[in-house]
Amino acid sequence: MVTEFTPLASFGGGALIGLGTVMLMGGQGLIFGATSILSGLVFPETRPKFVLRAVLILGMVLAPGLIFILQGDWPVLQIPVTPLMIALGGIIAGLGASFASGCTSGHGVCGLSRFSARSLVAVPTFMASAALTVYLVRHVLGS
Amino acid sequence: MRLIHALVTGLVFGLGIAISGMMNPAKVLNFFDITDHWDPSLAFVMIGAIAVTIPGYRLVWRRRAPLFGDSFQLPAAREINARLIGGSALFGIGWGIAGFCPGAALPALGLGRWEVALFIAAYIAGLAVARYLQGQAILPRPAST
Repeated sequence: MVTEFTPLASFGGGALIGLGTVMLMGGQGLIFGATSILSGLVFPETRPKFVLRAVLILGMVLAPGLIFILQGDWPVLQIPVTPLMIALGGIIAGLGASFASGCTSGHGVCGLSRFSARSLVAVPTFMASAALTVYLVRHVLGS
Repeated sequence: MRLIHALVTGLVFGLGIAISGMMNPAKVLNFFDITDHWDPSLAFVMIGAIAVTIPGYRLVWRRRAPLFGDSFQLPAAREINARLIGGSALFGIGWGIAGFCPGAALPALGLGRWEVALFIAAYIAGLAVARYLQGQAILPRPAST
């Protein structure tokens, strides 16, 4: 499945991701790590923490609808993998992010921007293992 | 006010995920597929996000505390260990198989596609298994998240 190279939209969208990340630090004093936000929702510690994470996720979930209202099209979602791969990948990624204490947003955006030594190790590691996995799945196993 | 701020923050982040193309697993997987169909867009997402966050963080840290909180809560862990490296490697394997990561999949839930909900459910299952293993002291608990 071929996708179009979109440097401007991707850079602009990335800048908005950064803005949301800075807003969460400036407003609530929190790292914008999707794994810790989701974890705080499904394994709640205190009610205020739970409510804050639920509202954050609600805001995230409303985004595609706002895009539809503003421009008349839903964001594109093409899934080139099987449901089994989604389930298997989800479990493995969840396990891994839990052990690594972070994922693409927590280590990738927040951690790198803080120059965290742990994130400087985590990000190249998961980028390399993802690239290797895609190579194996697509070109060796040939799915 | 605190919750309205959180709602808008989530919305801004989600809009960024949608506009950047990060929400689309086909685009994510093509970024990693350097040998075929390579789509370098996601490098621009990371550059755009970090270009705003590096100066943005330093700007907000000039205040003594966040607008709606007592203190900035930064991860305390410093140690680079097998758990960090192994966990990151596992995370990348899962990301490379599914094409979703949680920061992209949470806003994508708003599209109402069952595949996204399946990924989130599976991801939560992975988090739960990790918590169980840590609770059983089979694996050490993290210093902080």
